[in-house]
Amino acid sequence: MKTTSSGGDVRLTGISKTYGSFTAVHPLDLTVPQGSFFALLGASGCGKTTTLRMIAGLEEPSSGTVHLGEQDVTALPPYKRPVNTVFQSYALFPHLDIFENVAFGLRRRGIRSVKKQVEDMLELVQLGEQARKKPHQLSGGQQQRVAVARALINHPKVLLLDEPLGALDLKLRRQMQLELKRIQTEVGITFVHVTHDQEEAMTMADTIAVMNAGRVEQLGSPTDLYENPRTTFVANFLGTSNFIEAEIDSKSGDEIVLKAGGGKLVLSEARCGAPAPTGGRVLVGVRPEKISLTHADDAGEIPEGRNRITGKIADSSFIGVSTQYVVDSPVCSDFEVYAQNIDRDPRLVPGAEVVLHWNPAHTFGLDASQDAEAGVEEAA
Amino acid sequence: MPFVNWLKRHLVVIAGLLTLAYLLLPNVVVTVFSFNKPKGRFNYEWQQFSTDAWKDPCGVADLCGSLSISLQIAFWATLGATLLGTLIAFALVRYRFRARGAVNSLIFLPMAMPEVVMAASLLTLFLNLGAQLGFWTILIAHIMFCLSFVVTAVKARVMSMDPRLEQAAQDLYAGPVQTFLRVTLPIAAPGIAAGALLAFALSFDDFIITNFNAGSTVTFPMFVWGSAQRGTPVQINVIGTAMFLLAVLFVLTSMVVGSRRSRKTS
Repeated sequence: MKTTSSGGDVRLTGISKTYGSFTAVHPLDLTVPQGSFFALLGASGCGKTTTLRMIAGLEEPSSGTVHLGEQDVTALPPYKRPVNTVFQSYALFPHLDIFENVAFGLRRRGIRSVKKQVEDMLELVQLGEQARKKPHQLSGGQQQRVAVARALINHPKVLLLDEPLGALDLKLRRQMQLELKRIQTEVGITFVHVTHDQEEAMTMADTIAVMNAGRVEQLGSPTDLYENPRTTFVANFLGTSNFIEAEIDSKSGDEIVLKAGGGKLVLSEARCGAPAPTGGRVLVGVRPEKISLTHADDAGEIPEGRNRITGKIADSSFIGVSTQYVVDSPVCSDFEVYAQNIDRDPRLVPGAEVVLHWNPAHTFGLDASQDAEAGVEEAA
Repeated sequence: MPFVNWLKRHLVVIAGLLTLAYLLLPNVVVTVFSFNKPKGRFNYEWQQFSTDAWKDPCGVADLCGSLSISLQIAFWATLGATLLGTLIAFALVRYRFRARGAVNSLIFLPMAMPEVVMAASLLTLFLNLGAQLGFWTILIAHIMFCLSFVVTAVKARVMSMDPRLEQAAQDLYAGPVQTFLRVTLPIAAPGIAAGALLAFALSFDDFIITNFNAGSTVTFPMFVWGSAQRGTPVQINVIGTAMFLLAVLFVLTSMVVGSRRSRKTS
């Protein structure tokens, strides 16, 4: 393996995949920088696994090219690509023990003395004791670590992970997320991780590409995607968003003033992802945890300059760290609000009249022509 | 009522043992009568204990010759049927081709068809081709009917195999040949072994099809049948018992090896 320090970029150029008349992946361009932890996030059937398999060489692209660093690998079979995969459900060889599973890649490349390397790698994933067991004798989490070790021992330019944590229970999944992140930092190899779990993607990845119906909807850091979603799909798939359809009333400086159901809302122009002519319509979005809830009797105490709308609590559920309210408002039914349980107002019960208010800086604007509910089902 | 309770608790074991006894009784009779010293030419009545036949198993004319022919045919038929059957099984599971469904059901036909019919039609075929009946016609016939059993056994195994294992091997730098030798074949091996054992047993004791297509060649089952008309030598029981013991020994050995291997790894 000749690895130059800058040679680990994965570059996909106009890559697409069609099966008969069905297009799994529309032509897409994507660059994964060397050494980064990159996540392909999307619901099942969005083309993320197909994209991954095209990088691995297990799927032949219908068009476009795959580059690893300077090398065009589009025509290379999987066994000639300096790329290794951690498969969904691990695909450990059932007839070989853990040691031989991990040594498989080294032996196939004709390396004779594998003992030291395999033992070191098993230490890295904390499985030194289990070397002579068969895969079926290990727990799910241990099998998962074997799969990672088996791929990593080959020092690939890129490690591909196809929903590697899908089969684990919640607690183990959290643990493995941190573990994988630790290993990635330690070995410094580029990781491309496919997942449908938005929390997993946000916990682990430096950069996330949100995919929907064979296209990349948005690419960015977890914070960027969460705070500045450019489509309703991204806004709903990553966390929860509330949307109000509003009319553009006027502009003052870099602020847009909007009319919604008689009230006024302010949106910073920089955070509006849609053309905003006066008289046009936009979807105003705000995350549930950014909103404060005040009983209507105390409405006078709300500071000036905050966006506010009125409503009535339809439902509330106490979940320990926070309380989640569903508020019925004239401009939007089912407004979700998450309030930290710091000072609980006993008057905030279903049926109470309330004012919802938030800092205008936390408002984002989207094109009103799209479905405000896009991505809600998939995220659930 | 302690006895009734005991019976209730052990009913499954008792039923199992009775079934086993029912299955093994003929073998016991064969074994016992291999130590007999019959008065006439027929070994059907117990006379007195003797190990004469065990000391001289080839003492009857043509017996060991026919046994050798049977073993040779069984060996080559097993080899041929296992090789072809494994290839067919992989093709049927892995590839989509025209007439795949038809092949899939035609493969079952030799198992479902009465042997006499198959034997007669094979003979017709051989005669029309002008083939010389003998070792080769028997071998061809045996490979033919063993094939379906091998295909069925191997197919079940290959179908339950995760195709991602082969992709994982490819991903780990194993080319097509290496993938087949290191991953596919070892995982399919139990199915192939089961098919081969079945083929050997079926070929070794086949009588009907062999009898039609043997010409002047005499296999062991044909020898037993032929001698049963004129008298049954004790050596037949000796050979039968020996075959039975060898089979039991084989099964026991593989069980011991298997359990020791799994104990070593745990």
